[in-house]
Amino acid sequence: MVTYIIRRLIAAILMLLIVSMVTFAIFFLVPRLAGATPEGMASRYVGRTANAETAKLAAERLGFNDPVVVQYGNYIKGIVFGAEYDYGPGVEKCPAPCLGYSFITRQPVLNDLIDRFPVTLSLAVGAAVIWVLAGVSIGVLSALRRGSLFDRAAMTVALAGVSLPIFFTGLISLVVLSYGNPFSIFAQGGHYTPITENPIEWAYNLILPWITLAFLFAAGYARLTRAGMLDTMNEDYIRTARAKGLPERTVVAKHGLRGALTPIVTIFGLDFGLLIGGAVLTESTYSLQGLGKYAVDAITNNDLPKVMGVTLLTAVFVIAANLIVDLLYAVVDPRVRLS
Amino acid sequence: MKRKPTLATIALGAVLALGLSACGGGGTESSGGGSKPAEAKGSFNAALTAAFNPSTKKGGTLKFANPGEWDSLDPADTYYAYTWNFIRLYGRALVMFKSAPGPDGSTVVPDLAESLGKPSDDFKTWTYTLRKGLKYEDGSPITSKDVKYAVQRSIDRETFPNGPTYLNTMLNWPKDYKGPYKSKGADVDSAIETPDDHTIVFKLKQPYSGFDYLAQMPVTMPVPEAKDTGSKYQEHVISSGPYMFEKNEIGKGFSLVRNPHWGDDPNRPALPDRIEVQLKVNADDMDNRLLSGDIHVDVTGNGVSSAAQGRVLQDQNLKGGTDNVAQQRLWYTSVNPTVKPLDNIDCRKAVLYATDRAGYQAAFGGEFAGGEIATGLLPPTVPGFERFDLYPAGADNTGDLNKAKEHLAKCGQPNGFETNISYRAERPKEKATAEALQQALGRAGIKLTLKPYPQGDYFSLYAGKPSFVVENKLGLVINGWGSDYPDGYGFLQQIVDSRVIRPGGGSSNTSVRIPDVDALIDKSLTEPDAAKRLPIWAQIDKRVMEEAVILPGVWAKTLLVRGKGLTNVYASDSQQMYDYVGLGVQQ
Amino acid sequence: MSRADNSADASPAPPSYLELRDLRIHFPTDDGLVKSVDGLSFRLDRGKTLGIVGESGSGKSVTSLGILGLHNRRNARVSGEIWLDGEELVTAPPDAVRALRGKKMAMIFQDPLSAMHPYYTVGNQIIEAYRIHNKVTKAVARKHAVDMLGRVGIPQPDRRVDDYPHEFSGGMRQRAMIAMALSCDPELLIADEPTTALDVTVQAQILDLMRDLQREFDSALIIITHDLGVVAELSDDILVMYGGACIEYGSTDDIFYRPEHPYTWGLLSSMPRLDREPTERLLPIKGTPPSLINVPPGCVFSPRCPYADRTGDRAATEVPELLETRAGHGGHGGHGGHMVRCHMPPAERRSLWENDVKPMLETT
Repeated sequence: MVTYIIRRLIAAILMLLIVSMVTFAIFFLVPRLAGATPEGMASRYVGRTANAETAKLAAERLGFNDPVVVQYGNYIKGIVFGAEYDYGPGVEKCPAPCLGYSFITRQPVLNDLIDRFPVTLSLAVGAAVIWVLAGVSIGVLSALRRGSLFDRAAMTVALAGVSLPIFFTGLISLVVLSYGNPFSIFAQGGHYTPITENPIEWAYNLILPWITLAFLFAAGYARLTRAGMLDTMNEDYIRTARAKGLPERTVVAKHGLRGALTPIVTIFGLDFGLLIGGAVLTESTYSLQGLGKYAVDAITNNDLPKVMGVTLLTAVFVIAANLIVDLLYAVVDPRVRLS
Repeated sequence: MKRKPTLATIALGAVLALGLSACGGGGTESSGGGSKPAEAKGSFNAALTAAFNPSTKKGGTLKFANPGEWDSLDPADTYYAYTWNFIRLYGRALVMFKSAPGPDGSTVVPDLAESLGKPSDDFKTWTYTLRKGLKYEDGSPITSKDVKYAVQRSIDRETFPNGPTYLNTMLNWPKDYKGPYKSKGADVDSAIETPDDHTIVFKLKQPYSGFDYLAQMPVTMPVPEAKDTGSKYQEHVISSGPYMFEKNEIGKGFSLVRNPHWGDDPNRPALPDRIEVQLKVNADDMDNRLLSGDIHVDVTGNGVSSAAQGRVLQDQNLKGGTDNVAQQRLWYTSVNPTVKPLDNIDCRKAVLYATDRAGYQAAFGGEFAGGEIATGLLPPTVPGFERFDLYPAGADNTGDLNKAKEHLAKCGQPNGFETNISYRAERPKEKATAEALQQALGRAGIKLTLKPYPQGDYFSLYAGKPSFVVENKLGLVINGWGSDYPDGYGFLQQIVDSRVIRPGGGSSNTSVRIPDVDALIDKSLTEPDAAKRLPIWAQIDKRVMEEAVILPGVWAKTLLVRGKGLTNVYASDSQQMYDYVGLGVQQ
Repeated sequence: MSRADNSADASPAPPSYLELRDLRIHFPTDDGLVKSVDGLSFRLDRGKTLGIVGESGSGKSVTSLGILGLHNRRNARVSGEIWLDGEELVTAPPDAVRALRGKKMAMIFQDPLSAMHPYYTVGNQIIEAYRIHNKVTKAVARKHAVDMLGRVGIPQPDRRVDDYPHEFSGGMRQRAMIAMALSCDPELLIADEPTTALDVTVQAQILDLMRDLQREFDSALIIITHDLGVVAELSDDILVMYGGACIEYGSTDDIFYRPEHPYTWGLLSSMPRLDREPTERLLPIKGTPPSLINVPPGCVFSPRCPYADRTGDRAATEVPELLETRAGHGGHGGHGGHMVRCHMPPAERRSLWENDVKPMLETT
């Protein structure tokens, strides 16, 4: 078990290296290969009207004149040993793991990520609670009443949930439930209160994003649960459970759902891991300053250190989620042995 | 910073329209207000010439939102028009544009200084005297040395890459001066002198009669040296204006509260008690929030999203809450006489006559979002503007093909000719323009081949590099220019002065090389009388048009939504958007 | 429910512990009505064992599920009567039947690997079965589970109780399954193919165990199997099912030594026997079991019956009745004697058995 985890951690570090290299190559190497000059690349970060001299200075400051391999090396060095940053009147130490400074706001990326994380985590956790509860219970009910009106209605809504993009459902719900004159029940976009400050306001501001995000996932989970339940409820051990004289509720919850849960746990781990790396569309739609919005803005502004930072962080979450899912698998299904 | 029509905006046209109508409906019925008095309902363009909902009542929280990132809050490091508008809430430059509706807003008035700059006879030395008793937010006095220091540090383009470079190049800095961090203790008296705490003297390399326009830029806002933290200063700018930072989260938002030590300021009503700014607000949601009063102003002044625009303009209620504000920006196409056969003036004229102006306007979004069809260079809101049209394009503005063919014949190309047209690959509107021109000129037999180039290096490596233009036969170069201040010099110099063209590239001017024009520009620099300067701009404009080296496209306009709950709203010609210094909120 | 009242008036509780009267379980499907069980009656006393034999699809498993009320209630149509210890189950509310399940009547399923929940320990599953019917603490239930595991012959039951089903061998699993079924001292035990999934030596052990336990608990036992060999060891009576109905019923001796239905003969001849040469071919019954949707008219077995032409048109037109052929011979159940559903006259059947079939079984 311990060796297994150690092996997985080593693999994770290799994976992160590869992710960072690929990201770095996409944003630093590809433009160069396409013919962009260091000054040309730097001119994006020097405001509205870049003159040649300013662009040259910026290229120097951002290290664009070095070969890409050296730039990458410096980046990794910063993560491992920390880096120094010249802010004009002096030099600031950016301790390891230093993810660099934004090209545009010139704030340390790591601080930004730490700052954005609670928003995304709040969003992800709240939405996850809703979608798991809603998705699984709807899926179970649908499976138990296969072919009923409820089943058909639920599966139609689920299909809609899976197919409709968040920027559509999100804005519709804002328009109807937030700006709509008779129904302005929920907070408008762009409001966030930390849970530590005011938990009620926190929840009030997040409830619409939660529901929107949960809708997308709940739909998938309902379908998954339904399919899983249809399978497990036909298993021999369900018949055994009934033969024991267990009430149907216990049969469904303890025996049926438990069997159908394994794939859900897997998917949930991966979904959640990816989500705490940033719920891109939901955060953008509701103007929530989380990691996803951060990533989108970083990409639109070509703010490479931010892109790198958020990519690496997301990769860390996904890899961690994978590991946790695998460990959890062994807990959920005793037949699985880690090796 | 232009809001681009993303996939989302396009897909959401319907949604926004629904939202807008819901909000708009509520406004007219004014049923939801309860005890609140019905809000004054304006008419289209009501805030262009006078204050809409005028007020002197203080109090309340004014809420701004920005769909993107602020370039910087540091006065030395900012170059967006909206920042220059907004920064006046927490900083005072030597002089400023008057906060007033319409043309009146283009007047420069003293701010930190007691009066406008006093030039020497040769316009190479400008002296300002500061008001007495002015204080920073911490109560410490503001001195002329702080203004000097502020300008000095702005020279350091490595630390402050975003700001304008006028003072870098115009002041007589010692050789190799790199700002106070890198050239510590250097004597800069050759550029700026502060004989006492209230006087500051700028020394220019060349005469410039319009120096007040430069002195109104944020770079002259005082920075106390002891509090300067270089690129980190934007995290806490020390206020000299009516408001100071309460909380500032770079990249997320900030809030301003009243500065207790602010005073002796005739220019700012400072109505709200508090100002909040959210950054990175979903652009697709912006219009809804403006109409609901959740936020008051889209600080960038970019206007209604393209998705909602059609709906807004059709609905009289909604349209009444908007203003179509003219910009000092021209979208145009350079006609390069360095590329054959455009070296012949008649071939150039043929191009201008064959152009479908309505098509050009449509490519930029039409009358309201795009702007007015341009017949010359100077936009109508720049003082000195004169309306003229040397190449009439017919009643429907689609071009005069007969004239075009006439000039083609004169040029010796009766069947037309072939040339290339370049545009910035990342800009769909420029691509649409290139396609519109391709089609329009094709009618006269002028065949265009489209050449997209990356915008990052557009001027430095491609369309702005004279040798590249010739080698690649870029007869037409799609271009655009906006001025930093409403002044003929500020608008024209960079695009018509032949001396800005450098062999190494990097200039917006690719086609104008007219000695008379260069001479006229020099003349304007030493003309002390503003009234006499103004006709020079129109003269230059006409001269360039006579040579047919610029094909004007559109004088840009923006459709702004007056946020619900705003008072004292007006757009000024200097800001080209609502003037943020004047705004107040209903309570 | 007038029908329930009527049946209660018309059919007083029988003296037997378990009695089925004309049980029919039909499933309407898109393809037609599936008559899984179509008019089945039998009786069984405590301490006695009934073997139900038939091919897959003959309705034997549906019968057992029907008794326990485990058939799919949503789409099954059940008629007839099931009397268990004086209670009628068909008309009883589902909850009442559920309360009996696992307590008064229990079931041992075929494949213990799939029949036990893979995610719960063996002990856990036995404890659950016990606690649902006995209000005891977990500790008590656990002790009971360990006891039960011990009684079914699992070594070191106090340790194996915490193992998962996949950690048991096939035989051990079946023992655990039995322990689970017996945990509440059921008076009726139904074993559905209890040994099919096991290898031969283990089969014998399990059968021994079941016999011992049945004696110990004095329960009524129904063994459902397609393998006559299994019931030969255990059963007092044997019921041969075909096409959802009983086609021959009798004591074990009757069925093995005096069978009168051609289908039973077929079953006997396809049974591997230790006293035969292993190289010899079995004689399987030709054809396939009947579709339960389109049941052949007349005798269900007629399409496969080698003697169908002996009764002329009757085989294909008339459904033969289940008739007593003679008084039971040593059938300890003592109910109904020896009954056969066949158009051929008894004498002809006996003569065929004695002259054609039996010699073949013995010699070939």
